[in-house]
Amino acid sequence: MSTKIKINSQIFQDSNNIYYPKDETEVSDLIRELYKQDSPTEIIGNNSKSFIGNKTQSANTTSLSKISGIIDYRPEELYIKVKACTPINEIEQVLSENNQELAFEPIDFGFIKEGKSNKGTIAGYLSCNYAGSRRFKVGSVRDHVLGFKGVNGKGDIIKSGGTVVKNVTGYDLSKLIAGSFGTLVALTEITLKVLPKKDSSKTVIIYPSNFEQIYDFFNKLSSSSSEISGAVFIPEQSKNKDFVTKKNSVFKFNDLKSNVSFIAFRVEGDKISIEEKINNLKKELELNNSDISTLDVYQSEPFWKKVNNLEVFEKTEHNLIRMVIPPANGSKLCKYLENNHNYFVDWCGSLFWIEVNSKKEEKIKDLKKMAKDFGGYLTVIKTSSEYDYGEAIFTVDKVRLIISEKVKQSFDPKRILNPGKMYRGV
Amino acid sequence: MSEIALPKIDSSIINRKSEIVKKLSKLTNIENVLSEADELRPYETDALSVYTQTPLAVVLPENTEEVSEILKFCHSENIKVVPRGAGTGLSGGALPLQDAILLGLGKFNKILEIDYENKCVVTQPGVTNLGITHAVQHKGFYYAPDPSSQLACSIGGNVAENSGGVHSLKYGTTTNNILGVQMVMMDGTICRFGGKSFDQEGYDLMGLICGSEGLLGVVTEVTVKILRTPEVVRAALIGFPSIKEGGDAASEIISSGIVPAGMEIMDKALIEATDNFSKAGYPRDAELLLIVELDGTESEVNELIKKVEAICKKNNCSSLKLSNSEKERLSFWAGRKAAFPACGAMAPDYYCMDGSIPRGKLAEALLEIKKLSEKYELPVANCFHAGDGNLHPLIMFDGNDKEQLRKTEEFGSEILKTCVRLGGVITGEHGVGIEKRELMCEMFNDNDIQQQLSIKKSLDEKNLLNPGKVYPILRKCAEEGRVHVHKNKDKFPDLPRF
Repeated sequence: MSTKIKINSQIFQDSNNIYYPKDETEVSDLIRELYKQDSPTEIIGNNSKSFIGNKTQSANTTSLSKISGIIDYRPEELYIKVKACTPINEIEQVLSENNQELAFEPIDFGFIKEGKSNKGTIAGYLSCNYAGSRRFKVGSVRDHVLGFKGVNGKGDIIKSGGTVVKNVTGYDLSKLIAGSFGTLVALTEITLKVLPKKDSSKTVIIYPSNFEQIYDFFNKLSSSSSEISGAVFIPEQSKNKDFVTKKNSVFKFNDLKSNVSFIAFRVEGDKISIEEKINNLKKELELNNSDISTLDVYQSEPFWKKVNNLEVFEKTEHNLIRMVIPPANGSKLCKYLENNHNYFVDWCGSLFWIEVNSKKEEKIKDLKKMAKDFGGYLTVIKTSSEYDYGEAIFTVDKVRLIISEKVKQSFDPKRILNPGKMYRGV
Repeated sequence: MSEIALPKIDSSIINRKSEIVKKLSKLTNIENVLSEADELRPYETDALSVYTQTPLAVVLPENTEEVSEILKFCHSENIKVVPRGAGTGLSGGALPLQDAILLGLGKFNKILEIDYENKCVVTQPGVTNLGITHAVQHKGFYYAPDPSSQLACSIGGNVAENSGGVHSLKYGTTTNNILGVQMVMMDGTICRFGGKSFDQEGYDLMGLICGSEGLLGVVTEVTVKILRTPEVVRAALIGFPSIKEGGDAASEIISSGIVPAGMEIMDKALIEATDNFSKAGYPRDAELLLIVELDGTESEVNELIKKVEAICKKNNCSSLKLSNSEKERLSFWAGRKAAFPACGAMAPDYYCMDGSIPRGKLAEALLEIKKLSEKYELPVANCFHAGDGNLHPLIMFDGNDKEQLRKTEEFGSEILKTCVRLGGVITGEHGVGIEKRELMCEMFNDNDIQQQLSIKKSLDEKNLLNPGKVYPILRKCAEEGRVHVHKNKDKFPDLPRF
């Protein structure tokens, strides 16, 4: 049966009119046919992150969820090659058996959406390029992709990269695919760099008294040769009782004081060097033992999971914003947020997760301006049901938009793949 | 040296030379436009010096606006442009064309801002790689990527080539260490990708530009990340009685969970060559030498050294020496860094190859190269960035013997095809340029190459920016040359190459 007949007879489709191609060839045939028919399609994986970005307006939905499974895992080569929609859980499980991990710490967006874990697939994750707390030390998702295969908007199967870390053969399309929200290719295969898990970890909690002090700590932490692999600031937000209650219940640990703002930083490695680093850092930050709390490995690991699951914003019904700025401007932003929104700070002062009450949508505009003035950007990750999309979800300037349109054109000239997901025209 | 195909010469441009030079002199200071034969000679080639071409004219703009005006003019007049940094590239990426302007970024030589709070440096592209580290090291910071030519290569060139270095296994290559670029497109549009914050949103255009070999735009400003200098750095020099045992030890170090700051391998031919040349004190009885560098806090490094020692002993190492001072550590590296000139001293000419293979295939690759060496009756010495699988075989030959030259080219090409067959790639860090252009189809099929060309077309519709580089002009996989050094006369003999 030809693809055309298959498509028309809905053999590919389920009752919701979703196509489920089973392999790369079927993805290629399907998109080639849609290209001929000028009929755009939404591209989804396991649907865990499809709420991020604009709604695509397309007659079709293509789910790549059947393109799943580990193709080749070489622990000694530090890479894993998987079919694009392999669940992250499955990858993490296999890596964990060899004491390895995805160092960029995938964020679990399931909690903000439905209050429970739903990490989704690696293709979805790569398409968003949102790394977790370790980002400032190890790089983002894009820094861990060695190569990919996929189908462009004309139905051609294309590849880039490989399985080796040093590779300057042709344009580095893996970077371009990261964060492209499925608008350039429908991914079918991804090769990721993996790294050894650290033997152990500890988390030190400091209770700073003002915003200047917070950023003074962040600056000292990121300047130290005793490397840390995570640093967050969780504010008390005394004006918002619900947030305080939530915060205290999420971060309820034996060795952590409640009802106060705190900075938590993580040190990883073998046990002896963890102690050495913590001692060095205590000296550099001029901390006494009485000023701090320490979470041992059994508390430290769940602590960072909760941070990366965004659990303080569990099932939020408001707009959730992700803002990234250079850390030097962080204390100014904290001061503004203090009286306006619930938030917390990750990446040693660079990444802000901000909840904007649905009734105060115009506030997003102010935040956007602030992000720009501070030399950063923001994305509205989750929108409240009342959000009217008046303020664009992504930040883009005119020149970058024009170039993005050109790049889109080179992959997907008829705008078949996820049209409008990021920007109009892209 | 075999002839290479270059884009068809547009004689109408050559005929208009004086008019073009006059116009360019209005777009920048008149002294920044070079057009006389003796002025153009220094720009005839980059570090792939076997190929030379005289450019139509050289223009050395002083600021971004001038670059924009020059490109706008060239775009409207259909004049080709070849951008050039320091000209230290080994793959001919900055080879001029007779009907093209050579756009040199040499005057962009200032560091614009050092921002310790945001851990970054904003710099012009003509600043050298090492210049950045020099600017921040007094405060205990450094810029991580360290290509061997770091003393002379420019950061703009590093962006164009996505340069790596000995430490790229742990710290990544250029693309992982820059935060933003300002760039001018062929039509003169000035754009900015990224800045001082992490991970720009939307398409990662900075990631696309990095490693694009000057085909998509001219970088006029770079923001790089700086890192804190590690507290302790120590190296170990380990000899093995066989290729297999040394290769296995290198693989095992990685798979055991250690990420060394650097890990280098040399084979017997190179151990002897370098030890004769630099008296580095390498174990001459070893078939394979492993140099492992570890960094971190004191106890972290001590812990890692213990693990590395245990792995090497298990794999029957014949000798093991640890550096006990910074001086000793540098002496361990001295021989390795002298690898290229050492080969130059052993034969009239050598070719330096650059391919990547999976680490675990090291022994297989070296044995294959040995066989090829016997087949072609040409000696070869191997050095290898073992940490990240980047192989540099050095083929020694006599360039005056045409038959040897032909055999060398064939030998080199077979090595790179072997890399691809073992799951690797044809260039790990030197770039494609014109050198490996025809080998692109060993790695990519028509669809892959068409997609890349289509990106090029979307950003440079008239194909005026650095045409003829990276992508095959002829649809054939010819055997082309590698880095050819005659009588040890490298274009930059004083630069270490490793």
